[in-house]
Amino acid sequence: MSDPYIGRAVKRKEDLRLLTGKGNFVDDLKLPGMAHMAVLRSSQAHAKIVKIDLSKARGTKGVLAAFASADLGCYNRSFPLLVPHPSLQAFTPQPLAEGKVIYVGEPVAVVAANTRAVAEDALDLIDIEYESLQAVVCSEETLVANSPIIHDGMANNLAARLVQSSGDVDAAMKQADVVIRERFLLQRGTGQSIEGRAVMVQYDRRTKSFTVWASTQAPHLHQRMLAELFSCSEDKVRVIVPDVGGGFGPKGIFYPEDFLVAYLSYRFSRPVKWVEDRREHFLGSVHEREQVHEVELALRQDGTILAYRDRMIVDMGAYVPWGIIVPSVTLSSLLGPYRIANFYLEANAIYSNKVPIGQLRGAGRPQAVFVTERMVDIAAVRLGIDRIDIRLKNLVQPEALPYTPGLVYRDGSLMTYDSGDYPSCLRRALSLANEEEFHTNRQNGRKAGYLIGLGMACFVEASGLGPLEGASVSIKRNGRVALAVGSPPQGQGHETTLAQVCADELGISVEAVDVTLGDTERLSYGTGTFASRTAVVGGNAVRLASRAVKERAIQTAAKILNTPAEELAVSEGKVFRRQMHDKCVSFGEIAAIAAGSVPGGPFPDGIQPGLETSCYFTPSSPTYANGAHVAVVQIDPHTGFVKILRYAVAHDCGKVINPMIVDGQIHGGVAHGIGDALIEKLHYDENGQLQTTSYLSYLIPTASDVPFIRTEHIEIPSRFNPLGVKGAGEAGAIGAPAAIANAIADALSPVGVSIREFPLSPNRIWQLIKERGA
Amino acid sequence: MKSAAFDYRDPHTLAEALAILSQYGEDAKVLAGGQSLVPMMNFRLARPAVIVDINRIPELAYILNTEEEICIGAMTRQAEVETDDRLKRNYPLLPDAIRYIAHPAIRNRGTIGGSLAHADPAAELAAVALCGEAEIKIRSQEQQRWVSSREFFHGPYTTSLEPVEILEEIKFPRLSAAAETVFLELSRREGDFAMAAVAAVLELDGDGNCHQVRIALCGAGAVPYRAVGTEKILIGERLTSKVLTEAVSAVTEGLEPYNDVHASSEYREHLARVLTHRALEQLIERVENRNHSENNAS
Repeated sequence: MSDPYIGRAVKRKEDLRLLTGKGNFVDDLKLPGMAHMAVLRSSQAHAKIVKIDLSKARGTKGVLAAFASADLGCYNRSFPLLVPHPSLQAFTPQPLAEGKVIYVGEPVAVVAANTRAVAEDALDLIDIEYESLQAVVCSEETLVANSPIIHDGMANNLAARLVQSSGDVDAAMKQADVVIRERFLLQRGTGQSIEGRAVMVQYDRRTKSFTVWASTQAPHLHQRMLAELFSCSEDKVRVIVPDVGGGFGPKGIFYPEDFLVAYLSYRFSRPVKWVEDRREHFLGSVHEREQVHEVELALRQDGTILAYRDRMIVDMGAYVPWGIIVPSVTLSSLLGPYRIANFYLEANAIYSNKVPIGQLRGAGRPQAVFVTERMVDIAAVRLGIDRIDIRLKNLVQPEALPYTPGLVYRDGSLMTYDSGDYPSCLRRALSLANEEEFHTNRQNGRKAGYLIGLGMACFVEASGLGPLEGASVSIKRNGRVALAVGSPPQGQGHETTLAQVCADELGISVEAVDVTLGDTERLSYGTGTFASRTAVVGGNAVRLASRAVKERAIQTAAKILNTPAEELAVSEGKVFRRQMHDKCVSFGEIAAIAAGSVPGGPFPDGIQPGLETSCYFTPSSPTYANGAHVAVVQIDPHTGFVKILRYAVAHDCGKVINPMIVDGQIHGGVAHGIGDALIEKLHYDENGQLQTTSYLSYLIPTASDVPFIRTEHIEIPSRFNPLGVKGAGEAGAIGAPAAIANAIADALSPVGVSIREFPLSPNRIWQLIKERGA
Repeated sequence: MKSAAFDYRDPHTLAEALAILSQYGEDAKVLAGGQSLVPMMNFRLARPAVIVDINRIPELAYILNTEEEICIGAMTRQAEVETDDRLKRNYPLLPDAIRYIAHPAIRNRGTIGGSLAHADPAAELAAVALCGEAEIKIRSQEQQRWVSSREFFHGPYTTSLEPVEILEEIKFPRLSAAAETVFLELSRREGDFAMAAVAAVLELDGDGNCHQVRIALCGAGAVPYRAVGTEKILIGERLTSKVLTEAVSAVTEGLEPYNDVHASSEYREHLARVLTHRALEQLIERVENRNHSENNAS
């Protein structure tokens, strides 16, 4: 048998299509009679809707319908909460605002027309009158006594308070040689997929069924939501995911527009499409990152961490479409790879008059890693200990794994770090970044008038969450293998990595595997692509299904070849007799016989019909990826401009299926982290107006902002799944803000500036330097 | 994000275009490279009733080099100017500045005239025009007139162009062979709008004193401007570090404060000083290097 595909940098199967312009995105799809939807969004952060008059919009030539909440009748109800929590007072979005709007961008009315331009013309003609209410914008003021209340029936704006604690923090603080207290302010950012959200729906009156083409990360969740909202069985909703141009989290959520397109198609029995534009992506798709942390870290003189206390406020925006995943994940990521016996961690999730929060790549972890890693650096400086030594002293050692930090993860499981070597990861990353030569480089840089700094960050990431993902494997008469998996890609190369797993199990060429992803008709159940889970959960499902089909192929071949199954093996698309090699039958021939070859003829005795099966993988626990980032930066003290001179990541995602693709995942994640650290910031004014709704004002990293990233994979297989894989999709984003901020803080230490925030724009760094009078 | 409906005209001669403009007046808008107008229309910030597309008027695209001046037709693409070999020798300030305009794809479409007429406060070409004391040729159906670049820019996005007029050409007087030029800019990311940018020209006399200096800034304030105060301090002086410091501190005189999410007005003023200082230092170094090598050669 040839070398296994797993572990090889197989070129991406999808790239020929995507790079030659043959990709097919929702915006490319056209159906006869298709109408286009446009959404009127609230211009007010907090206001009563006094009047809404749609008559002029309805009278516009080419307009099919203009609806406000009242026109939807009983369909205008709040969406089901996907992830409930006992301490959460949950308010989820509804299709159209009713009586009151609670954030700028909230859908208020909807128009369907023959073209998008006409639909937008009609939006201009909607006469709407608001009575403004005081907006709740600053998350720290949300909980004060006289703050306006956003949701009727609540006593205040606290959505939930989560606490995890262990040991005796007060006693440990008293015993400590030093207690460091800091406050961190982390700003809002977004995930900027270059293709925005997009959805097209065709309702078939004859079969009373919906066909949905959606640019989504979670087709089965989309299907489930529509089935619930239209009170039909899931069988009546088929969701197909065509090519998707980026996701990063915001496309894992079911939004008002997803319902509204389906509703308009249902009402008029016409295909209806909506494609989000960039402004809508800022105002209508979820945000993240914004948090305030008040932290205390207690240490012994030798650097041993004794206790950790954190009280954070997480601004959830106006609704919680995905519950309180982000604060929950931040909270359970704070201890990271360090042994800390005493902790009290409290997350206060609050409502505000801003765009709702959802998971962005990293999902609350970049913030946790930022806070913890900044605290470790501040402690090292205070105690006069080397920053590497303090980390090595407190890191969970490899022989201590599996290790339980005493935290419960968001899925309710007791967190158990399954495998890894955290100190080695840190040492490798430092070595990749040429840490040993850094001090010489620093001196040279200083002579040239720059401030030079090095920063590092270590992290542990719970990845590969449940509940399940499925794979269907079917061998066809021509010997090709049809592989279907529920969780769709947004650019990650799933067609290739999943085919590699399948090809290895079946002993066939990766070219012989035809992959279909994200079509609910091919698999009844599925979860989606998020939480670094497709390789872990989907990949193991592919392994199970491929193995089951291989077994069936051998059983069938045993009958055909009249040879005991134990003597048979598979290779190169054939089943053959081991050692002898005298008898063999191809997968195609087996498939033809298992399909029943002669119409009207008998089915052969002792053979199971069909050479196909579906299997689901249900992980019992997340698996814990981990890694270390090191950044070296240069700052121009006169302008505050930061240049990243060197960047290194040593990363352990267990068994690497395709190193080229994992490199790409890391690099893309680091790019996002550079955005969080240096560039990306959503500005709200005091009235709750978002000031950054285009790429003029909200900047994301471009090629010139992302340095060469030295990447190394430390492969320590997961103990929790047969493939031994751990998640890789978010690792780059998780460590980068902390490593870069630590490097900036290190560079600025001669001028007495500390870093307690992100992003760090040139203006902000200049201001910090100036405030120190340096 | 779709534009409101508009009528579209694509004249093939300048005369034809001017006739359409005189017919529609304020309802019409001239489309050159479309790199600012089209996004503004899609945001519905601009809603012209008629678009007059002048991309099919060949007579508006040219670069002329003469002994005395350099003339550039309004519809010359920025990339043409950036890559023109004669300009690299005769007027390097133009290609040096154009490299800072956005990204290559945008410069392939964007035009010299379009950028000047749009008058974005951060537009590099405005600073170059002011620094080069360029003259701008404007035409309507009735008349042709020349406006100095100093009088052309009125404020952010406003110029002395009337709705019935088309910017036809910009003309730069050639610089003396002894003059050195520089363009420096700081933006959030490569290709972004300038937070501050400076265009400068310097010539020293035989004694090493400042014979000629012109400094123009964009991005830092709401309108591009000449740093006249700084120039006055420098002229006739030996450019010691003390003189430079004094001159640079005057560079924000005449700057109209401007701030946005990327940079406060205070920071922009600071960057204007830092860049002017660096620009002057680079110019002095270059002049000295040249004098040095010329002396060695003779």
